[in-house]
Amino acid sequence: MVVPVVFFGVLFAYPVTAIVGRGLRTPGQWHLGRAGQVLTDPDVLDVLWFTVWQAAASTVCTLAIALPGAYVFARFDFPGKQLLRAVVTVPFVLPTVVVGSAFLALLGRGGALDEWFGVRLDTSVWAILLAHVFINYAVVVRTVGGLWSQLDPRQEEAARVLGAGRLAAWARVTLPALAPSIAAAGLIVFLFTFTSFGVIQVLGGPRFATLEVEVYRQTAALLDLPTAAVLTLLQFAAVTVLLAAHARTVRKRRASLSMVPAAQTARRPQSGGQWALLAGVLGVVALLILVPLGILVERSLDSPHGYGLQHFRALGSADSSGTFTVAPAAAIGNSLAYAAVATLIALFVGGLAAAALTVRGAGRVTERLVRGFDSMLMLPLGTSAVTVGFGFLIALDEPPLDLRATWIIVPLAQSLVGIPFVVRTMLPVLRAVDVRLREAAAVLGASPFRAWREVDLPLVRRAVLVAAGFAFAVSLGEFGATVFIARPDAPTLPVAVARFLGRAGEVNYGQAMAMSTILMLVCTCTLLALERIRTDSSGEF
Amino acid sequence: MLRLDGVTVSFGGVRALDAVDLEVADHETVCVLGPSGSGKSTLLRVVAGLQQPDAGRVWLAGWDRTHVPPHKRGVGLMFQDHQLFPQRDVEGNVAFGLRMRHAARAESAERVTELLEMVGLPSAHRRAVATLSGGEQQRVALARALAPQPDLLMLDEPLGQLDRVLRERLVVELRALFDRLGSTVLAVTHDQGEAFVLADRVVVMNEGRIAQAGTPLEVWQKPASEFVARFLGFDNIVEATVHGDSADTPWGKIPVPEGTQAGPCKLLVRPTGLRTTSVEDGLPCTVEARTFRGGDAAAVTLLLQPRHGPRLEASCALREAPEAGTSIGVAFDEKEVVRIST
Repeated sequence: MVVPVVFFGVLFAYPVTAIVGRGLRTPGQWHLGRAGQVLTDPDVLDVLWFTVWQAAASTVCTLAIALPGAYVFARFDFPGKQLLRAVVTVPFVLPTVVVGSAFLALLGRGGALDEWFGVRLDTSVWAILLAHVFINYAVVVRTVGGLWSQLDPRQEEAARVLGAGRLAAWARVTLPALAPSIAAAGLIVFLFTFTSFGVIQVLGGPRFATLEVEVYRQTAALLDLPTAAVLTLLQFAAVTVLLAAHARTVRKRRASLSMVPAAQTARRPQSGGQWALLAGVLGVVALLILVPLGILVERSLDSPHGYGLQHFRALGSADSSGTFTVAPAAAIGNSLAYAAVATLIALFVGGLAAAALTVRGAGRVTERLVRGFDSMLMLPLGTSAVTVGFGFLIALDEPPLDLRATWIIVPLAQSLVGIPFVVRTMLPVLRAVDVRLREAAAVLGASPFRAWREVDLPLVRRAVLVAAGFAFAVSLGEFGATVFIARPDAPTLPVAVARFLGRAGEVNYGQAMAMSTILMLVCTCTLLALERIRTDSSGEF
Repeated sequence: MLRLDGVTVSFGGVRALDAVDLEVADHETVCVLGPSGSGKSTLLRVVAGLQQPDAGRVWLAGWDRTHVPPHKRGVGLMFQDHQLFPQRDVEGNVAFGLRMRHAARAESAERVTELLEMVGLPSAHRRAVATLSGGEQQRVALARALAPQPDLLMLDEPLGQLDRVLRERLVVELRALFDRLGSTVLAVTHDQGEAFVLADRVVVMNEGRIAQAGTPLEVWQKPASEFVARFLGFDNIVEATVHGDSADTPWGKIPVPEGTQAGPCKLLVRPTGLRTTSVEDGLPCTVEARTFRGGDAAAVTLLLQPRHGPRLEASCALREAPEAGTSIGVAFDEKEVVRIST
């Protein structure tokens, strides 16, 4: 437990406090009056209001659209399910900048819808909501569907036999069992959309800004650190509340449910209604997820001279316009290397944290402590990545911790977002290892270490691989923090995409799309590999 | 082989084991019998080293092993629900203990084959444990526990989850196997039939204490307390006062075996000790219910309400059994009347 705590202290708490302190303090004195001033500013209140309501709306839309999907993935067996599950997850690990650009290509000026139907949604809130559903669809499908697939169908059958109609049985038996996980999924979606950055940055235009976007604007554009600091604290407070609520609902979910292996519950759709439901869900997935991804690919191949691989080829050469000092293709190598190192760090720290969390608290105090620690590990997911990145810049630049000039700073920052995934994936598996298996090994002559190696490790190995894959994909797509700390001569893929997008011109745009396509392919391959490994789909989110 | 001296274990103020003394001799099979929650499983866990006693000592082969960790005790334990390692195949499970003892590979393979044959699963080596039926898992668990040739083999509800027919066959097979191997065995079960077939000696436990120990026959013939008698399924127990060759009971005067100690006590009347007679000749009773039990003797259990005194359970053959609702008389056979000490 010590290693993760120190890790988080130095690489998360310290930079964040440093930047907040920088904003709210002149040597020797706090300027808390500033907070009151900022918090009563009508512009800030507008931002806050927008942040809250768009998050709420996104959450409701996501749940409404994804719950049927969760059901279909949980209870039906159909060809291509694994592939589809991987595809559905791709948006979640895609950098938000890429998501933004995909929707821009679909809904924006000169986008596909504009060309075909003359419809533009890019400066409306609809584009933002759609993009949020696109990203978070997988959260609901995996969280709720994962549990749903393991619920024993006989529970519902028992209710039917006792005289409940199909709907009543579902509402009285299945829904209450799922409710905590639906709530947990909803909270996570709310959290992600509450702190949404890349999507709003690209699609929101000047009219819409979330707290996170505002923090970025105040920090990077207006250099108004005090306001940024107050906003960061505001967001931090909101996120802490959300995480506490999430921890509560997740804990409720531990209430004993009758579980069976997922493989036993899924079957082919049988009635016409079931086929229609499956078709409906597949249709939604196609429209909502495949179309934006497809447009991305289409745009990457599109050029003034017809379809071709020009944009991809152009990535291989250092460009003349001076966007990069190295060939953009080098960004691929950088990204992969950084993400690999970040994955190792996340596995090490997250693994230790998960192991520490598995130890059951001996007393009330220990239990509280463990719970607090559990929530703390989730904080980086909800904290402004911009703040973390900027905090890294100003806090870790002097001895004894001068990391700014070294390459390791990028993977370190990226691993911060990877760790929650590692912990969430490994924890349920570690907790599920039956103590008596270890005892059986002990009685047969295995020392405690040997028992761990022979019993726990093989059972957990799968989870470790899955966790590694997630950490890898998430690190690969990390943008908010990396954009601050990646050195100009060693950009990562998302940073390169953003730079291309930031420059005018067909060529740059095409190359951005080409980069995004590559990133998407890498993420898809990683996730596909994970689907092969993963036999139980009970990730905890 | 095994000796427990005053072993005590408490869980949050509840005594799971209360100063238990127990001995198991070499090559002896001892069955601990008791209802759930009587502390039987805790007893095995203490012997295996999975549970530290709050007080008392555990001696194995003459050595004090109280503080030796489980992997160095050299005992075998077959868990209640088997606890086979899910990620290993049958061979991997059976060979586990041998590997922990650094057995040579060839030797270990040979031993696995031999054991699987012995438990009636030849050529099951490569099967995944998830594909095994309950009875097969049971056999693999037994082979796994036997493989390292433990000095003491412990079985926790060895046949608990199996259906009746399989259980009755396996318990006989187990007995024969232990006799052949000369194993020292400590088993726990809640099923008296299983215990009586398997054990040389039975130990009945109640609320963390040993209620009675003895051969199956001794325990069955002379239950040491009302608890033991009731646990063995005998319900005809009343307060009585013995005078010479008869006793005063709520059912009237009933005969007792010669040499029964005089004075107030409890008396047990076995269901087989009741004969039906005409109403005038015996204790008048109404037949409240008759239950056909099946079995080799085609036995019927009668529930009788005597004119005075508590209800009686009587056992008789099918063709002699009266219909429910009729009035009959019963006479007591002194050979089936037992004085219970307290």
